[in-house]
Amino acid sequence: MQTGLIHSFESFGAVDGPGVRFIVFMSGCPLRCLYCHNPDTWQQDNAAQYTTDEVMTKILSYKNFIQNGGVTISGGEPLMQSAFCEELLSKCCENNLHTAIDTSGCIPLSVSENAIRKAGMLLLDIKDIDPDDCEKLTGKSNKNAIATLDLCESLNKPVWIRHVLVPGYTMKDSKLIKLRELIKNYTCIQKTEVLPYHTLGRYKWDSLGLEYKLENISPPDKEQIAHANRLLGITK
Amino acid sequence: MNFKNGEWNESINLRDFIIRNYTPYDGTSDFLAGPTEKTKKLSEKMNELLTAERENGGVLDIDEHTISTITSHKPGYIDKELEEIVGVQTDAPLKRAIMPFGGIRMVRTSLETHGKKLPEDIETIFKYRKTHNDGVFDVYTDDMKKARHAGIITGLPDAYGRGRIIGDYRRIALYGVDKLIEEKIRAKKSRDAEPMYGDTVRDLEEIAEQIKALRELKAMAESYGYDISGPAKNTKEAIQWLYFGYLAAVKEQNGAAMSLGRVSTFLDIYAENDLKEGTFTEEQIQELVDHFIMKLRLVRFLRTPEYDELFSGDPTWVTESIGGMCKDGRHMVTKMSYRFLHTLKNLGPAPEPNLTVLWSENLPENFKHFCVQTSIDTSAIQYENDELMRAKFGDDYGIACCVSAMEIGKQMQFFGARANLAKALLYSINDGCDEKSGIKLCEGVGKLPDGPLNFDEVLEKFDYVSEWLTKLYINTLNIIHFMHDKYCYERIQMALHDENIRRTSACGLSGLSVVIDSLSAIKYAKVTPVKNEDGLCVDFNIEGDYPKYGNNDPRADEIGTMIVKRFMKRLARRRTYRNSIPTMSILTITSNVVYGKKTGNTPDGRKAGVPFAPGANPMHGRDTNGCVASMLSVSKIPYEYAEDGISYTFSIVPAALGKENTEKVSNLSTLIDGYMKEHGHHINVNVLNKETLVDAMDHPEKYPQLTIRVSGYAVNFTRLTREQQLDVISRTFHTFM
Repeated sequence: MQTGLIHSFESFGAVDGPGVRFIVFMSGCPLRCLYCHNPDTWQQDNAAQYTTDEVMTKILSYKNFIQNGGVTISGGEPLMQSAFCEELLSKCCENNLHTAIDTSGCIPLSVSENAIRKAGMLLLDIKDIDPDDCEKLTGKSNKNAIATLDLCESLNKPVWIRHVLVPGYTMKDSKLIKLRELIKNYTCIQKTEVLPYHTLGRYKWDSLGLEYKLENISPPDKEQIAHANRLLGITK
Repeated sequence: MNFKNGEWNESINLRDFIIRNYTPYDGTSDFLAGPTEKTKKLSEKMNELLTAERENGGVLDIDEHTISTITSHKPGYIDKELEEIVGVQTDAPLKRAIMPFGGIRMVRTSLETHGKKLPEDIETIFKYRKTHNDGVFDVYTDDMKKARHAGIITGLPDAYGRGRIIGDYRRIALYGVDKLIEEKIRAKKSRDAEPMYGDTVRDLEEIAEQIKALRELKAMAESYGYDISGPAKNTKEAIQWLYFGYLAAVKEQNGAAMSLGRVSTFLDIYAENDLKEGTFTEEQIQELVDHFIMKLRLVRFLRTPEYDELFSGDPTWVTESIGGMCKDGRHMVTKMSYRFLHTLKNLGPAPEPNLTVLWSENLPENFKHFCVQTSIDTSAIQYENDELMRAKFGDDYGIACCVSAMEIGKQMQFFGARANLAKALLYSINDGCDEKSGIKLCEGVGKLPDGPLNFDEVLEKFDYVSEWLTKLYINTLNIIHFMHDKYCYERIQMALHDENIRRTSACGLSGLSVVIDSLSAIKYAKVTPVKNEDGLCVDFNIEGDYPKYGNNDPRADEIGTMIVKRFMKRLARRRTYRNSIPTMSILTITSNVVYGKKTGNTPDGRKAGVPFAPGANPMHGRDTNGCVASMLSVSKIPYEYAEDGISYTFSIVPAALGKENTEKVSNLSTLIDGYMKEHGHHINVNVLNKETLVDAMDHPEKYPQLTIRVSGYAVNFTRLTREQQLDVISRTFHTFM
């Protein structure tokens, strides 16, 4: 049986996939997004170990709440522990629970594909439409993310695109228009969501002794968010 | 009126009338009508009165000269021309009355607080006449007084009306008062041949009082220009008739909770008839309901500051139970269920009446969504598990106060406030001594060995202390209720009951989560007492972590189940007044703040004076796995061992419920469904941002109608004491987004 390194659990997720969801936060992430609000999930050294059965026992105790929602595996980057995810997703599937992986798509398909095939859907965060800018923002290019999206298209796997709106970085008209151009080529994409940059996880950087580089950036205002939504063709 | 006949024609049987005649409603809220011009004007006048009351320090006016009875005051009106439903407690709205039979001291203190003095002539009466409070203190033992003073048993109704009795006010509308009097006379006569021993004499005197009260009820209605001797003939009369009954009750009793029962579906039968026959339009019916609800919002009692500290925000618990399922498989949601909830929109949110939805998975989806949407908009509704309660109380029960189910007109309870279990745990560690005063209350506990606390040893002592405490507790309640029956009998409410009723002795627990976490800490971490120079444990060193209640962790939750079962089993063995059945609630109302204040440092790391969590809630900030985990922990407390109710207050910020409104509604509905399927009993739902509360604390004038749910009732946030406001704000708000 697979063992996974897990950061924490949330028993009521209402914004990470459809319906009421149980969320497993996996530890470890290869990205270093400048705006990350969970930098405490980057490393795996403080993580707790669970077998897939142990996690399943937890999940099943919530069955009366998540029957119409499901389970989301998030992180960190869950697909770093692809084999664990694959096994956990299979077990959820056996119990008729809907599943989602919340990923940046940064893991090569050679590692992640089997787990993706098992997931009910993906919440895919396209960090930056431009590969070079993406590297500046996150430490890695977006090419694996695009490959992940292509795979989903070929598998007809539902995807919700999530895009963090960071003033000065991703919040540029040209980028948003480009992103929309990309999205419209994929029939697997059911929904696109803009996640406005926020500073709620700011305090974690200090407590981890990390230097926060977005010090001078304020979260986008309502009008900026609405503008981005318009550019992306999201109607509210 | 065109009713289907049945057993209800032969004997007093409200349930039979309802199930033969009601019309379940599956549709949406589209039929609802907004406020009429009259309602708007009247509501404006009501709000002016409420503003004046608030500006006047919380009490608008007091009539200190008249002892309140059913007929003591002349009619009073908000605006006679506008009011479709009439009647206030005294001769003017929001003018509070004195009700001294529970205790003259409380009246005296309350008056003094508001700069008034008890008039000489009234003082004189009570030189010759005892009150409930006098009777209780004549008999209390020293141990009882000590326990009360130390706060291991508190909030006892020994100085004021006990409340928690629901008169079946519907009987007045269905049968008219003459028929009810006739039945009571017959009941009394049927016992003529019995040997006249104490119990029988008491019963007969009570029936005689009931008959007098019913006659006074008729007279009071007459003073408002209504003859209620016969049955109500339309919706307006039905509401007015039953409201007169309720009004008579709140004119005579200042009970802690004066609940209304389950009137909406009953009233819908009249409304359906009137709609069919064209007597009233939907607008007119909603107008009647709105005016009725306005009256319920104006019910007031004179209280002392100590009382307000326990039960903050001037609550009256005019609890109305809505919805639920019928035993025959139909749901009991009617258009009237919607109309009652709709008053929160037509009149704006308010804490009273305490609108309680009897929830079942099988209620129509439309209704569930309507309730949940109303919760999101107003935070004014509580939900209770109809599946759990129907199995025990049938399908014509109502909720008294916050969570206490009782069959209407067939059952009453002896309200018993609560024992402080966290203190009991400290007594087990301290050889029966109070951790604050050092005074020994419980003899024979014995000292624990030095060094870290051992779980089995502590538990053994805790059992010993619990044995002592339950005995003392029930004995105390027996005295209180003997005296209440004797000196402050609820004549009109009991006149609206059957003669043979089921009585419960409703005990309660506070500090449950503190005890669970303390025992868990002792078991799974290392807890070493810190003693003062007298050898009293005054603090605890905790090394290591331990499983905490509220995280769906079986290690902690099982301790909770064990404690509740053991305490209830002990209560069940005690001999009670009037052979009442001992029951237990896990409910603190707002008294969790006061209990916490009176309790020293506890082995879970809670500091002396810090408020307990309310009801059965996990301690603030310790439930770290999200709200569903918290709900699961609470739902594991076995209802069959806490049949008087298990209260859970849930607060969530709107954004954490979902992104779009439709998602929020469906997710909240799923949460309540899930909680009830897991046998959760009660849940208060608050959908609020913490920032709103913080702002309301500093700018109360901006939030005159800000309503929040606390343990078992709703309050106007700005009417809480600052201490309690801070307590509410410090509680866990589920914020995961």
